[in-house]
Amino acid sequence: MKIPVDLDKVAQARDLAIAITRPLKAYFAEHSTITIERAVLRLYGIDGTDADDVPWPNRVVEQLASAGRLDRGAAIALGQAVLATGRDPQEAAEALASGIIPFDDAPESLAQAREWALMVARRKLDDLMAFRARRREMRAALGTGPSPWKYVIVATGNIYEDVPQAQLAARQGADIVAVIRSTGQSLLDYVPFGHTTFGTGGTYATGANFKLMRQALDELGAELGRYVQLTNYASGLCMPEITVLAAQEGLDMLLNDALYGILFRDINIYRTLTDQHFSRLLNAACGILINTGEDNYLTTADAFEEGHTVLSSQFINERFALDAGMTESLMGLGHAFEMNPGTEDGLLYEIAMAQLVRQVFPDAPIKWMPPTKHVTGNVFWTYAHNTLYNLVGVLTDQSIELLGMLTEAIHTPFASDRYLALKNADYVFNYARHLQDEIAWNPDGRIAQRARQVLDEAVTLLEEVADEGLVKAIGRGVFAGVKRPPDGGKGLEGVFARHSAYFNPFEDLLDAGKPAIARRVVQPEATP
Amino acid sequence: MSLVKQPDLTNVLPYGDTLDDGKVQCSFALPVPAGPEAAEAARRMLLQLGLKDPLLVAMEEMGPSTTFFVLYGTATVGVDYATIHVPKAEFEHLDMHEIDDLIERVLGRELVVVGACPGSDAHTVGIDAIMNMKGFAGHYGLERYRQIRAINMGAQVPPETLVARAIEEGADAVLASVVVTQKDLHITTLTHLVEIMEAEGVRGRILAIVGGPRMTHELATELGFDAGFGPGSFAEDVAAFVAQELIRRQSR
Repeated sequence: MKIPVDLDKVAQARDLAIAITRPLKAYFAEHSTITIERAVLRLYGIDGTDADDVPWPNRVVEQLASAGRLDRGAAIALGQAVLATGRDPQEAAEALASGIIPFDDAPESLAQAREWALMVARRKLDDLMAFRARRREMRAALGTGPSPWKYVIVATGNIYEDVPQAQLAARQGADIVAVIRSTGQSLLDYVPFGHTTFGTGGTYATGANFKLMRQALDELGAELGRYVQLTNYASGLCMPEITVLAAQEGLDMLLNDALYGILFRDINIYRTLTDQHFSRLLNAACGILINTGEDNYLTTADAFEEGHTVLSSQFINERFALDAGMTESLMGLGHAFEMNPGTEDGLLYEIAMAQLVRQVFPDAPIKWMPPTKHVTGNVFWTYAHNTLYNLVGVLTDQSIELLGMLTEAIHTPFASDRYLALKNADYVFNYARHLQDEIAWNPDGRIAQRARQVLDEAVTLLEEVADEGLVKAIGRGVFAGVKRPPDGGKGLEGVFARHSAYFNPFEDLLDAGKPAIARRVVQPEATP
Repeated sequence: MSLVKQPDLTNVLPYGDTLDDGKVQCSFALPVPAGPEAAEAARRMLLQLGLKDPLLVAMEEMGPSTTFFVLYGTATVGVDYATIHVPKAEFEHLDMHEIDDLIERVLGRELVVVGACPGSDAHTVGIDAIMNMKGFAGHYGLERYRQIRAINMGAQVPPETLVARAIEEGADAVLASVVVTQKDLHITTLTHLVEIMEAEGVRGRILAIVGGPRMTHELATELGFDAGFGPGSFAEDVAAFVAQELIRRQSR
């Protein structure tokens, strides 16, 4: 099933996305952030907290900042501390944090520290790559279900409640389990530590929680003979650190979208885009599939009027991902079924949008999101709404489908809500499995016209954004109707310009290892 | 005389297909395997809830030792609808133009409204629906009102920041939108907000209004707010209340 898509327009959109992201690429190369440096420390294995529960990576970065040394990066300071103390990196980091290690600017000392930092970084990345390769083998051996992959969330606040809920959901047929974070975690400028039991609206993302859930789903996957994917949320002030923990603990996917953080969590533009670049370099190397949050635009803006903003943003997100070395196969670009259910022919417009995104990003595991904005507390009506959502999902060959819950807008899902959601999805996906092969849309009909309109409007918007620059465009509220000024939002104080001696061997190694992505992404096949 | 029976409003019962039949639909899960014992357990659950004649219509095992049930039962007691009094924000419903005209005519100045999702709440859907130009479901938001200067501070605003901004802007009303209510998070945040307004000495001067999917006027007033708006409320409800309450206060 194909709708006519003007490939010249698609190519034009991609060119515009290159122009839009170019100035920011230059910015990333000249700046770093406190969470990138903490992520570097975590990659070296620095973990745990001090007696006041402050994570050691935070302690070290605070010490470097107060000593005016942060602009050189954390790697060299750690290297000097290791060489000066002769201790392992963790002990050396703790000594470094306490301020007892004098900084030495002698060229020889710096050179030795760089050498140590590069050597150990290479070893740490090799270990991480070997770990990810073992996981890929296990995943290939067990296999994953057919697409759309059924994605469900657990969000009890207590990791020990989450585990049985996640296992139950996987037994019921879920392909992907997401553990929603506690409300407000995206705005914490540190990652909590250990197993946690007290989140509200979700469970804290911590390395220990990741490990426990991963182990539980691996065990269940082995029993079921089906690999169960695990995802969590990296968008927020600690995006690179969450990515490191996800890489270390074997997560398959991450919500990883700076634009989402800017618009919906009021995180500073420069902070989170810089964080995102380093985070995506690591995702690319580790094969972590990212999810982007364009679906959210339609919760604050009208889905019919603003559909093109989703597509425009996807082009920008695609380009940011390509620049970090991600292949299309790792781009879970987000969009949603959010049209007002009172709209005449609304289903046709939803099909048009979903099919357009499918054809524009043919190799991306696009992520389709369920209705939320027009969902009321009437669970029966919501269940009907979700059935049509599932039908459009299978009809337009969506890759990842977050299943709508009949109790959306009421509470975090009950086990029985997930059961009913999976039953609905299984019914529709199976019952309409090959419907897409049987349909040829009227080339001049409402669906084709709507798709053409959305693409045209997306290109027009990208032209505007390219003219004024992404930062200015966000400042005037082009996405989601939300305006964010360049110097506003949370976390700007954590961004700093790199010193000429700045050194981040992980970035250098990841950057050098990027697959050749300067090429234009594959264009969708021409349609008759 | 009509043969159609009328409900007795002093003893209202759930309505299935016959007036006063008391029919109630229930669904829930129990952490036990499906089977005759599970079915009996589900029926007993309804009996213990005071529903008679429990009828089990669906029992589906949704995992090891977890079963989903759908049942019907019959309520045995009715409620006295006639004497129910639910506190509501008192105001006359007006449309946007009428509200603008009223403000201009009686108050003779622009009103300032500052809104936010206070505390850790990150869900701006509600505050955006009330405040943003576009509004929701065809009801324009406060930004669209000629006589209202609306400042939407967005999500996760500390109550201190919200109150400080309201003072700085010379606000007539503070709007708090609370969506996340797990573990009564919103109660703590809202109580804190009112306390800060009192501590700053502006509680009598600035109207405190709260809205959200789980909000009622009664709960809002218990927490010390002037009004609470639940689901189905639009910008004109908030604006009409603010304008009319300010007029009431001015004329006192």
